[in-house]
Amino acid sequence: MFRNQYDTDVTTWSPAGRLFQVEYAMEAVKQGSAAIGLRSKTHVVLGCVNKANSELSSHQKKIFEVDDHIGVAIAGLTADGRVLSRYMRNECINYSFTYESPLPVGRLVVQLADKAQVCTQRSWKRPYGVGLLVAGLDESGAHLYYNCPSGNYFEYQAFAIGSRSQAAKTYLERRFENFTGSSRDDLVKDAIMAIRETLQGETLKSSICTIAVVGAGEPFHVLDQGTVQQIIDTFETAAEQEDPATEPDAATGQEAAAEQGTAADHGGSTDEGAAPMDI
Amino acid sequence: MTKQQANWSPYDNNGGSCVAIAGADYCVIAADTRMSTGYNILTREYSKICKLADKCVMASSGFQADVRALQKQLAARHLIYQHQHNKQMSCPAMAQLLSNTLYYKRFFPYYSFNVLGGLDNEGKGCVLTYDAVGSYEKVGYSSQGSGSTLIMPFLDNQLKSPSPLLLPAQDAVTPLVEAEAIDLVKTVFASASERDIYTGDKLELVIINAAGIRREYMELRKD
Repeated sequence: MFRNQYDTDVTTWSPAGRLFQVEYAMEAVKQGSAAIGLRSKTHVVLGCVNKANSELSSHQKKIFEVDDHIGVAIAGLTADGRVLSRYMRNECINYSFTYESPLPVGRLVVQLADKAQVCTQRSWKRPYGVGLLVAGLDESGAHLYYNCPSGNYFEYQAFAIGSRSQAAKTYLERRFENFTGSSRDDLVKDAIMAIRETLQGETLKSSICTIAVVGAGEPFHVLDQGTVQQIIDTFETAAEQEDPATEPDAATGQEAAAEQGTAADHGGSTDEGAAPMDI
Repeated sequence: MTKQQANWSPYDNNGGSCVAIAGADYCVIAADTRMSTGYNILTREYSKICKLADKCVMASSGFQADVRALQKQLAARHLIYQHQHNKQMSCPAMAQLLSNTLYYKRFFPYYSFNVLGGLDNEGKGCVLTYDAVGSYEKVGYSSQGSGSTLIMPFLDNQLKSPSPLLLPAQDAVTPLVEAEAIDLVKTVFASASERDIYTGDKLELVIINAAGIRREYMELRKD
């Protein structure tokens, strides 16, 4: 994307019918470290790559518990993500208080999307620079949603966002058809493997990734490092036939692979023609 | 011209009694399960006890609709606390929250007479007793509700708590062992049920100690 005369204001359309500020916000999501989500019929797993500014600092918190039955993983401006998590928590508490029952996930994501849309239509605001993977369980089953800075949201069987997420998406696309029937433990394993894809050669350790699960009879919680390391150990020792760090150029937009399947990309990073929000 | 009088009251008293006793490493909180209005019984199986946090339990008598609203408020605030601090509220923290919540409605109070019981940060039993607008005090034992006038003098006789105004500060917890305290509570409710028409049916006991929380029940007079 190049600078142009229509990209200063979020309230300025381009002649091609695009809002560049919103698209720039989606770029910010792509710069954040990877977050992935996948679901089965009864469980949803979120995973993210821990990024730390330096070896001296702690890593940023990218997975937030919103309620017993909902959790969220973010990529992009984590400060925006933190604020939105606080909003989501409040909404869940208020709904629970009034209706004595958990907030359906679909309702929450719509409220979130509407909140994001407001920032695309006010001259004194800017869009939230964070993409959210919302994982939740309600009466209608297990759900995984992706909320964009544009105010759009989509439901997914599996998805990945952030930098080098294309590698994870390719991995998920190969396997997603099996996810519905997957057991909880297999789902967690798949999540860790998908994260490994984004690391592109870096050794997979439990200190680099964070995994969280929500499921039937299992409130949303982050798995502790020990448990994650154990799971990593089981398949690291099971030989290296599993295709490790594949095409590094997969990250630079192989659109053909990305368009298939329900894990549909909302628009490639290098695709200049189509407005990303249109899909 | 006489002053205008209200032709209805927003409050009702659903009766019942609550008791709590603090020990060196446990806390017993008990309440009967009868809910009344006027001279009638609404139900014989209503719990007046609510778990607010891991080691903190509240028993309330008075107007149960207000009690329920108060419990929901505290539960919501506790959830917010957990999100912000990544841990459960301690009993002393919850005690202050309850006081502030009650005083917030100083000019249209929760008609709720509360006893808070639990373990403090060191694992010692603590009991706090409240009035309807949030004035509270840490004590070794307390009772509230319709039977409290019958129960409190007996507890005073058996457990006399040192005054919090004394110096040096003295331990408010009773020297009794957990089993003895439970026995005392059962005795006390059996006696109160004899003369207080609003207390009876069943006794619900909640015992908090280092091992966790457990519940016990005892039948009381049904008349």
